[in-house]
Amino acid sequence: MSERKIRVLIAKPGLDGHDRGAKVVARALRDAGMEVIYTGLRQTPEMITEAALQEDVDAIGLSILSGAHMALVPRVMELLYANGQGHVAVFIGGIIPDEDIRPLKELGVMGVYGPGTLTDNIIRDVRDAVRRGQILG
Amino acid sequence: MFVTQFVGDRYLDNGPSLAASVLSGNRLALGRLLTQIENDLPAGRQALMELYNRTGEAHLIGVTGAPGTGKSSLVNQLARLYRQPTDGSQPKKVGIIAVDPSSPFTGGALLGDRVRMRDLAGDPEVFIRSMASRGSLGGLAAATAGLVDALDAAGYEVILIETVGAGQGEVDIVRLAHTTLVVEAPGSGDEIQAIKAGILEIADVLVINKADMPGVENTERALRSMLELAYPAPRVYLHHGQTERIAPMTEKGDPAAPSWHPPILRTVATQCSGISELVEKIELHHRYLRQSGEWELRVRARLESQLDNLLQAALVARWRNNIPNQQYTSVLAMLVERKISPWQAVESLLDGELQ
Repeated sequence: MSERKIRVLIAKPGLDGHDRGAKVVARALRDAGMEVIYTGLRQTPEMITEAALQEDVDAIGLSILSGAHMALVPRVMELLYANGQGHVAVFIGGIIPDEDIRPLKELGVMGVYGPGTLTDNIIRDVRDAVRRGQILG
Repeated sequence: MFVTQFVGDRYLDNGPSLAASVLSGNRLALGRLLTQIENDLPAGRQALMELYNRTGEAHLIGVTGAPGTGKSSLVNQLARLYRQPTDGSQPKKVGIIAVDPSSPFTGGALLGDRVRMRDLAGDPEVFIRSMASRGSLGGLAAATAGLVDALDAAGYEVILIETVGAGQGEVDIVRLAHTTLVVEAPGSGDEIQAIKAGILEIADVLVINKADMPGVENTERALRSMLELAYPAPRVYLHHGQTERIAPMTEKGDPAAPSWHPPILRTVATQCSGISELVEKIELHHRYLRQSGEWELRVRARLESQLDNLLQAALVARWRNNIPNQQYTSVLAMLVERKISPWQAVESLLDGELQ
C-alpha cells in the first residue's frame, strides 16, 4: 500500500492578486493525481519555505505577475537551501520577461511557464524533476 | 552561489535516526517523518516504534462539520489563542492536521486549509500539516492517527485535527480525539436533521460559527431541543412548599457522578468573536475528562479501534500474499456471472487459503 504521492505547494508570493493561473495549475496537477497544497495570496518567501518544510513537498510552484520575481525567487531559493530543502523542485509561472529566464534557471529554478503553456508540459516536468530529486536525495 | 545540500533519506540515514532528530526539535525531520508515516514506509514504522512511549501527552481536539461552516478559520483562531492565551496561562505548542478529500477518480487532492491559517505563519511552535483522505470515508485518512502520534511525541501539547467536510456519517474523529467540536452554521437544517443519528451525537462542544448570519436563533433552538432530548435538564418541583431538584438519571444511574452536557457556543471566527469562550469550554472538557476517568476510557477505546483497524489491514495483506491471483480472479469471475453469491465467494476464497 506504500504508494509515493507527489506533493506540490502552489503559492503566490508578492502583492499582485491575480490567482487565476495558480488555480488552473493547482487544478491540473490535482487531476494528474498529485496532492496540491494551495496557500493563497500574498505569501512571503519565509511563509512559502516554512509551509514547504511542514508539508514536506517535492515541488513548489510560484505564480508571480507583479514583476517582482527577481527579488522574490532568489530569496525563496536561498531559504530552501538554508533549510536543507535543496531537493525541492521550484517552478515559476506568470509574467516573466524572456531575459530573466536564464538567471532564474541559474538559481536552480526547474522551469518557467508563461501564458499559453500546456498544463501537460508542467505535469511532465514536475514528474521528471521529482524523479531526479528522489535519485539524488 | 549556493551550496547544494540534498537532504533526502540518505542524509538522514547517515546522521542521527529520524526519531532522534524529531525529538531534538528538527522540524525538517518531523516533516519528513510525517511523509514516511503517511506512505506507510518501513522508516516511518521504525521511527514510530522508537517514539511511541513518548506519546499520550497531547490533548487531541477534533474539529468537524459540514463543508463551508468555517472549520479552518476556527482552527486558525483556536491555535492563535493557545499560542497567545488571554487568561494568563502558558502558551502551548500547537500541532494541526487538516484533512481534505482525495479525488476518487485520479487520487489527486487539493489541500486548501492553509489558506485560512495564514495568521499562524512564522511561529516555530506551530506545525501545520495538510493530509489527503486517500480513499478513507470516515472523515480522516488511514494514517491520521500515526501523524498525530508523531506530533504528540515531538512535544506538541494541543493537536487540532480538522476533518474533511463532514455530512452525517463521517464520525471517525470521535474515535481519535479526546474532545470533539462539531461546527454548524446558521441555516443548516431543522429539528429533524438535529435528531438524526450521527455527527451531532459525537459533539462534546457544539459551535455555531458565522453567528452573525441570519437564522442563528433557529439553528440554536434546533440544537438545544436536540440536546434536551439527549440530556434531560434537571427538573425543579414544588413539593410541600419547598423546591426539590430532581436530577435526571445518568447512564450509570448515579445522579452524583460527574457528567458532561455539550454546551452550544456562538462564534464568528473571521472576527475572532467567541473564541476565548470556546477555548474555556474546551479546557473545561479537558478537566472533566481527567477528573471523571473518561480520559482513560476514551484513550482505551481509541487504541482498541486502532488495533482492530491495523489487524484487519495486516490480515488482509497477509492473506493476499498467500492466495494465488488466479484463484482470486476466477472466484471474482464466478461472482460476476452470478454463479455464486458474494458470501460464497468470500467463503471459497478463505477456505482456499486453508487447503
